[in-house]
Amino acid sequence: MKSLLAEHSRLAIASEQIDILEHGQSPGYRLIPFQQQLEASGLYPLHPTTLEVFQVNVGKMCNQVCKHCHVDAGPDRKEIMSQETMQLCLEALKNNPSLKTVDITGGAPEMNPHFRWFVEAIKKLDRHIIVRCNLTIILANSKYNHLPEFYKQHQVEVVSSLPFYTQDRTDRQRGNGVFEDSIKALQMLNGVGYGLEETGLTLNLVYNPAGAFLPPSQLALEKEYKTALSNQYGIAFNNLFAITNLPISRFLDYLLQSGNYEKYMEKLLMAYNPVAAANVMCRNTISVGWDGYLYDCDFNQMLDLKLSGSCRHIAQFNTEKLQNREIIVGQHCYGCTAGAGSSCGGAVA
Amino acid sequence: METYYNPDDLKKFGNLADFQKNLGDKFFAYYGEVFKDDALTAREKSLIALAVAHAVQCPYCIDAYSSDAFEKGWSEAQMMEAVHVACAIRGGASLVHGVQMMNKVKEIAM
Repeated sequence: MKSLLAEHSRLAIASEQIDILEHGQSPGYRLIPFQQQLEASGLYPLHPTTLEVFQVNVGKMCNQVCKHCHVDAGPDRKEIMSQETMQLCLEALKNNPSLKTVDITGGAPEMNPHFRWFVEAIKKLDRHIIVRCNLTIILANSKYNHLPEFYKQHQVEVVSSLPFYTQDRTDRQRGNGVFEDSIKALQMLNGVGYGLEETGLTLNLVYNPAGAFLPPSQLALEKEYKTALSNQYGIAFNNLFAITNLPISRFLDYLLQSGNYEKYMEKLLMAYNPVAAANVMCRNTISVGWDGYLYDCDFNQMLDLKLSGSCRHIAQFNTEKLQNREIIVGQHCYGCTAGAGSSCGGAVA
Repeated sequence: METYYNPDDLKKFGNLADFQKNLGDKFFAYYGEVFKDDALTAREKSLIALAVAHAVQCPYCIDAYSSDAFEKGWSEAQMMEAVHVACAIRGGASLVHGVQMMNKVKEIAM
């Protein structure tokens, strides 16, 4: 499987995705604009609360090609953050102590050749670091085998996708063999103390639906994951984050190809939850793209919805301006406000 | 083509209280309570609902609980086994009446 970009799909172009999100594909299609929903909830225009999370997407390169990936990441994607841009990120962090958490994502962030240097430099600034590790990267090459020790050394919080606790559902979404390698990687993380009580080493897992449906209750699912992973593989972890798939990039492609797009959008709309809308992650997060441009979230980043105004790039980072900005919203935002809501930290309501 | 069953009507299930609010509200409150986690989990109840939906052959219920059960993590094989349980009970319910037939025949046969 290749990325949409490598396949020259029209969905590799952000404006094409936005066009589908706004107008659908069939002539009679009309979905209430998300902006209108926010207005009815008294939340439009949407403004940040307090900026706390600095999310950095260090590149689209990945060892996996997942069917639902909103980044369209894969081995054929060469866009990765340079060390110069990382240095600008460090300066922004140094000047803004309120940014307490740095959330590093990708692609597989570990594939960026400056990844370890970046983590070490952030740690010197005394910030909490989250790395979104796809697990299989740990086994992909011997040079990554010691990542669990590296994470432990820098007290990194590891957040890892495991779409389900069964092989069938996981491999369907993430590719053949992914489940087996993920289990091995989780055992390696447990081996250095991750996910175990009293070690202080946090290992959180991410569930996302393997199809055109919404996640079930996060709490109930966490219990099932814990029981199944412990009983079958002796694996322990801290929390499960249930994340909704946003209709972007490859998941959008899947929805369109399977004829599920309009029904899925309607499902998201029907499940709109104003409490979740008030707690969306873009209100306390700023997202930095591999090339240093700033976005409200990783999803807006993939739709190329750059911040407007004079604070558009990490070189222009200004917390005050960011704090007072208007968050860009669109039809894809229904994904974050459905049911119990969805964020990089799971449910929000 | 018009049919008696319209998939869009499933969305109108909640409107049934429009014609009789008191009973409708009570039913939906009860319905919501039934499907909560309790001695059985909501997940287990979803699979039971799927099997019952097939036993009563309600297309709305099959639509709703096929999605719900799959969303709650049941595999295709588990869901099909639940349908077979419904089928076995329905089939068995017919077959067990064969005992009555046998009794009657034995009663009248030489």
